[in-house]
Amino acid sequence: MALLTIKNLTVRFATASGAFTAVDGVDISVDKGEVLAIVGESGSGKSVAMLAVMGLLPDTATVTADQMTYDGQDLLRLSPAERRRIIGREITMIFQEPIASLNPSFTVGFQIEEVLRINLGLDRRAARARALELFRAVGIPEPERKINAYPHQMSGGQCQRVMIAMAIASDPRLLIADEPTTALDVTIQKQILDLLMALQERYGMALILITHDMGVVAETADRVVVQYKGRKMEEADVLSLFSAPQNPYTRALLSALPENATGGRLPTVADFMAVEATAAEGLK
Amino acid sequence: MTIVLEGRGITQDYQVREGFLGGWKAVRAVKGVDFQLERGKTLAIVGESGSGKSTLARIIALIDPQSGGTLKIEGQAIDISRQRITPALRSKVQMVFQNPYGSLNPRQKVGDVLMEPLLLNTPLSGDERRARAEAMLTKVGLAPEHFNRYPHMFSGGQRQRIAIARALMLNPALLVLDEPVSALDLSVQAQVLNLLGDLQEEFQLTYVFISHDLSVVRHIADEVMVLSKGEAVEQGSREALFADPKHPYTRQLFAATPVVSVDAIRERVARRQAARVLHP
Repeated sequence: MALLTIKNLTVRFATASGAFTAVDGVDISVDKGEVLAIVGESGSGKSVAMLAVMGLLPDTATVTADQMTYDGQDLLRLSPAERRRIIGREITMIFQEPIASLNPSFTVGFQIEEVLRINLGLDRRAARARALELFRAVGIPEPERKINAYPHQMSGGQCQRVMIAMAIASDPRLLIADEPTTALDVTIQKQILDLLMALQERYGMALILITHDMGVVAETADRVVVQYKGRKMEEADVLSLFSAPQNPYTRALLSALPENATGGRLPTVADFMAVEATAAEGLK
Repeated sequence: MTIVLEGRGITQDYQVREGFLGGWKAVRAVKGVDFQLERGKTLAIVGESGSGKSTLARIIALIDPQSGGTLKIEGQAIDISRQRITPALRSKVQMVFQNPYGSLNPRQKVGDVLMEPLLLNTPLSGDERRARAEAMLTKVGLAPEHFNRYPHMFSGGQRQRIAIARALMLNPALLVLDEPVSALDLSVQAQVLNLLGDLQEEFQLTYVFISHDLSVVRHIADEVMVLSKGEAVEQGSREALFADPKHPYTRQLFAATPVVSVDAIRERVARRQAARVLHP
């Protein structure tokens, strides 16, 4: 059953040179306990669509959709108070730059306890106990010591663990992870992805993973949405997408992977231009 | 067979302060590495952040002097802490950086970007500099009419082409490429990798290719060095290293790199479905 359903989502930005359409009529839905990957290159609108769900877009953005419902509730017509009960509690999000996502002036403990006090109404003592519990759940070593650390005293991987701890603090039913491992080393990336998948399975939450990395998609997703220039190119379960991609753009993207190179040469500029032309035609 | 690049026991120390009032202590970022590279070949240096790969790149590119060891370029021993970098020496080695948004001066037109190395290092006339810059633009897949444009008018991939063009203006023997495609989208990455391959063939260029991405390394490298905490834990030919990684750290890197394999996906999906049946 669909937890989040988005139909015909369009996001336009007012720019100095006129309106720019970042997301153009996209349908996305994610089921309870499902891992959905949204994959695309820069400018594909993959992040913007999810920022629209979270209400995190700036005032210059105009969001329209035929439907945007979470668990039967219309996200477009909620009062601010009702929104706050869902966004940040039942739907949470983590971002690409873990160190930049945290406030450098406060300890990580203060920041996670703030989430627990405001969202769950815990008192200070209970918040500290729960924070330590969450730090253990996300695998932060020496939680008692690290809880008093400032973000700059921790590595990028540890900061992302803190962000994940905050995001799962309220037992969300949907976690949106926007390029959660792009800024991290490959061995740390593996640890963070393993952690996200383990938490997803343990708590049965749905996970939307926004990424540009086909390898990450292959190792995590149940279902995949491929986006290009604000449009959805293809949607399929992960096995079908990789074994029999239907859309020419998806095929080109997969053939551009260095590990798929045949004869030492990757698809050329001309190949991609042809693909872009096909994709553009499909858009009309 | 010509050896273009050779290093023996290269080390690099940085002085860091211990705490706010503490004294200085030396941190050895590169702990004595050896390498040797033939003309027209590519040495990939692989490692994670803090491995010393960029430190080593800066030594090879003659930006920073090494603390110890000998560095030879085309057979000539070089230590830039003791000798002046002559235009002839500077022309032998050039560098391309990771972020083409940061490595190009936003107030400098593309033509000036390309002509500057010639102005600084050669006695060529203005007309000749211009002719060479225009020719180079075509070589890297841009057009001569791009000459008078500013970097912000180009996409990331095009900017990296400009950075590569700038590095090639002095006809270097050796190009040091520090993560040249990490900031680029997959489709653009493929184009830039192809371009690098074509240029290497055409000019018999020797590449030192710094990367953290094993799938790119496997595609482009002849020789591979795996760096961890300043030490070369494993080095060898690409074939040998990818077929049979020996060092535990290399194996850990391989295991952590996500791979696109339909068989692996099929297995994972089956595992997940089985788990769902057990714990619905």
